[in-house]
Amino acid sequence: MSFINYSSREINCKIVYYGPGLCGKTTNLQYIYNKTNPEAKGKMISLATETERTLFFDFLPLSLGEIRGFRTRFHLYTVPGQVFYDASRKLILKGVDGVVFVGDSQVERMEANIESLDNLRTNLAEQGYDLDKLPYCVQFNKRDLPNSAPLEELTEVLNPTKVPQFEAVATKGVGVFDTLKAVAKLVLTELKRGS
Amino acid sequence: MSNQLVMYEEELQQLTAICDVLQRDSNAKAVLVIDKNGQAIAQSGEVEHLDVTSLSSLTAGNVAATGGIASLLAEKEFAGQFHEGEKTNVHISIVGARVILLVLFDERSSLGLVRLRVRKAAAELTIVLEALVKKSEAGNQPSVFAEITDDDIDNLFND
Repeated sequence: MSFINYSSREINCKIVYYGPGLCGKTTNLQYIYNKTNPEAKGKMISLATETERTLFFDFLPLSLGEIRGFRTRFHLYTVPGQVFYDASRKLILKGVDGVVFVGDSQVERMEANIESLDNLRTNLAEQGYDLDKLPYCVQFNKRDLPNSAPLEELTEVLNPTKVPQFEAVATKGVGVFDTLKAVAKLVLTELKRGS
Repeated sequence: MSNQLVMYEEELQQLTAICDVLQRDSNAKAVLVIDKNGQAIAQSGEVEHLDVTSLSSLTAGNVAATGGIASLLAEKEFAGQFHEGEKTNVHISIVGARVILLVLFDERSSLGLVRLRVRKAAAELTIVLEALVKKSEAGNQPSVFAEITDDDIDNLFND
């Protein structure tokens, strides 16, 4: 749920990075955090286990500049990818304005990708959202790994509705900002459309 | 996007005024009004050294998790929470099912006093928030998005 503050002249939106465990959602946020000017970002918060697995969420507030005198602020969240944290994932989707599905390109993770995407649709539907009507992008991460599936196959299975998609190597930053910009743009365009 | 929250100058002043009174009357360090999705709405007191953005997000996460526990236990919600620290205590309450009222206080105050003052402030906040929702839903306020063009959005993402 976006928050338009006419008093402080701010547009606030929430973007959620979704995907199976170890697909690179947190890595996306870490890269964005590391490469953003200090004045454009807040503190990155990671509620993680002792083994650095996301327990509840990661959170990164980011300012993307001004439109007509309004500061655009995006709150980026990740969900915990592991299957048994489903209750937490549902909570984080509340009030979402845009979604990035991060798929793991490795052939052996295809089933986990499909399960996570199904889970995203189900959990959004429970909150009254339809993934096909939300600002939504897909990122195929880990494209540098030798066991990654062909792009055509990933597209067919994980992006049948042909939303904007990006190939990424999040550890090196490849595709990270392209994905963020695309989803942020979709969110603002949707807000404009709905006004 | 139907449940978009919009804040106008007039209502923000009213909310801030309520927070100011609550902060003063409860001897609190700081008072924050936070949207359930983690956006800070209004604040009062010693907030200059606080990371309000992070605090708001984590508080909303906390309330959401507690709400999840409530529904597992077939409770509607747990309306209030209290965290006791060595120096700072935190009182969290849900107001009007829509926003969170966070009060930070120390030994200058007490849980009893905070609870008492929060009850009064919550009733006042509810009235302002209901009026705000009606105003926003009436749709007769000028929207920033009416002025924004597709080019404006494109320009934001030009390197």
